[in-house]
Amino acid sequence: MTTPELDAEKLFQKLEHELKAALAGAPRLALVGIYSGGAWLAERLAKTLDVSTVGYIDVSFYRDDYAKRGLKEEVRPSQIPFEVEGANILLVDDVLYTGRTTRAAINTLFDYGRPGKIMLAALVDRGGRELPIAADFVAATVSLPEQQTLVLQKAGDGRLSLTVDHA
Amino acid sequence: MHNPQLNKHGELQHLLTLEGLPKAMITRILDTAASFVSVSDREVKKVPLMRGKSVFNLFFENSTRTRTTFEIASKRLSADVINLNISASSASKGESLLDTIDNLAAMHADMFVVRHAQSGAPYLIARHLTETHQQHVRVVNAGDGRHAHPTQGLLDMYTIRHYKKDFSNLTVAIVGDILHSRVARSDIHGLTTLGVPEVRAIGPRTLLPGGLEQMGLRVFNDMNEGLKGVDVIIMLRLQNERMTGALLPSAQEYFKSYGLTPERLALAKPDAIVMHPGPMNRGVEIDSAVADGAQAVILPQVTFGIAVRMAVMSMLAGA
Repeated sequence: MTTPELDAEKLFQKLEHELKAALAGAPRLALVGIYSGGAWLAERLAKTLDVSTVGYIDVSFYRDDYAKRGLKEEVRPSQIPFEVEGANILLVDDVLYTGRTTRAAINTLFDYGRPGKIMLAALVDRGGRELPIAADFVAATVSLPEQQTLVLQKAGDGRLSLTVDHA
Repeated sequence: MHNPQLNKHGELQHLLTLEGLPKAMITRILDTAASFVSVSDREVKKVPLMRGKSVFNLFFENSTRTRTTFEIASKRLSADVINLNISASSASKGESLLDTIDNLAAMHADMFVVRHAQSGAPYLIARHLTETHQQHVRVVNAGDGRHAHPTQGLLDMYTIRHYKKDFSNLTVAIVGDILHSRVARSDIHGLTTLGVPEVRAIGPRTLLPGGLEQMGLRVFNDMNEGLKGVDVIIMLRLQNERMTGALLPSAQEYFKSYGLTPERLALAKPDAIVMHPGPMNRGVEIDSAVADGAQAVILPQVTFGIAVRMAVMSMLAGA
């Protein structure tokens, strides 16, 4: 089911606009996208915000549900091609929910070095936090019941869309 | 037939052999290993996946190198590692293999990495754990007799994929003492499952087991013939310690006929890679000029081996 009220392309523009104003001229800025949705967003933001340092992380090795669920099917290699020590990192994710992915992402980054600062940008905050984590930049805030999952998808032409799946 | 390595959901429970392991599972292990390669390049070379888990390295047969790579892999996964050199302890006091296993399981082991001179020992342990309702304890075969060495086979597949990208149009030659080599057996199963169209076995008649043709291999006793046009050369160590009787005249004679020299390497494709599971016998199966040459990928094999073992252990421990 696609959600007419959550137009991913419009939300992307909004997020981009907000980030442009807030991060203009920030020293040693790096974008890090969380696979997979956050990676698509970071890749596009790097172009439009003209940031050349961009990385991607897969948080599988840092998830807190490994003991219960094991390693998931597809793990992609994390790529952090810049010096993390002292960098100002904007972590990019598609949907902010429990905060557990964000925690895993922060832990991943710290094993590359000690960042100067980590900020968080998300396309949608859907509520339901289980950890004390908040986004610095978010394009939409909605409240979704637990049995629904919000998924960012990318079409062949690169267009983004948000769909709601019912469990 | 039920594959004892997989649980009823098709997830990897133990790693005992590559024989019968589905292609998708081997590919998934190699893909997961690719993610672990970069972990070893970082400031902190560890991930927290196996924090709180205990891995017991049970080496009933000596192997410093394999034991060390499993130890490093365990530590980079944040597991606690206990090394037991069994040949020098309980076994010599008369304790049976399965009593040793039960004792270690009672110490809350989560995984056994087993090296044994007897083919099938890791199977015996895995079966015993299931029969005694301790199937949460995982078993990784780190080499059993002449039978299998699945993590070496997987790291060889990883190395080939790294350099050649695709298995579907390769010719791979395995050279030397195939008779005594569990590495060769695991390599053959891996290569066949991954769809390599031509696998060659090269060696003297006395060091080639029967049945290679039935496994789909092309057999060559003349090394110069066998190396023509190959993409990958896997050299095997001459296993003097496993040889009984006079299978070979001498190491010098062997080198003359089956040593990989620069002249022989030139018969393979110009971009052919040379692999060796180590430890190498320079001047017996391989010439130093080749071992240290531009086409050798023997040291990258060692590096990839850590990542492959991390992938296997993390997939088992979380299943």
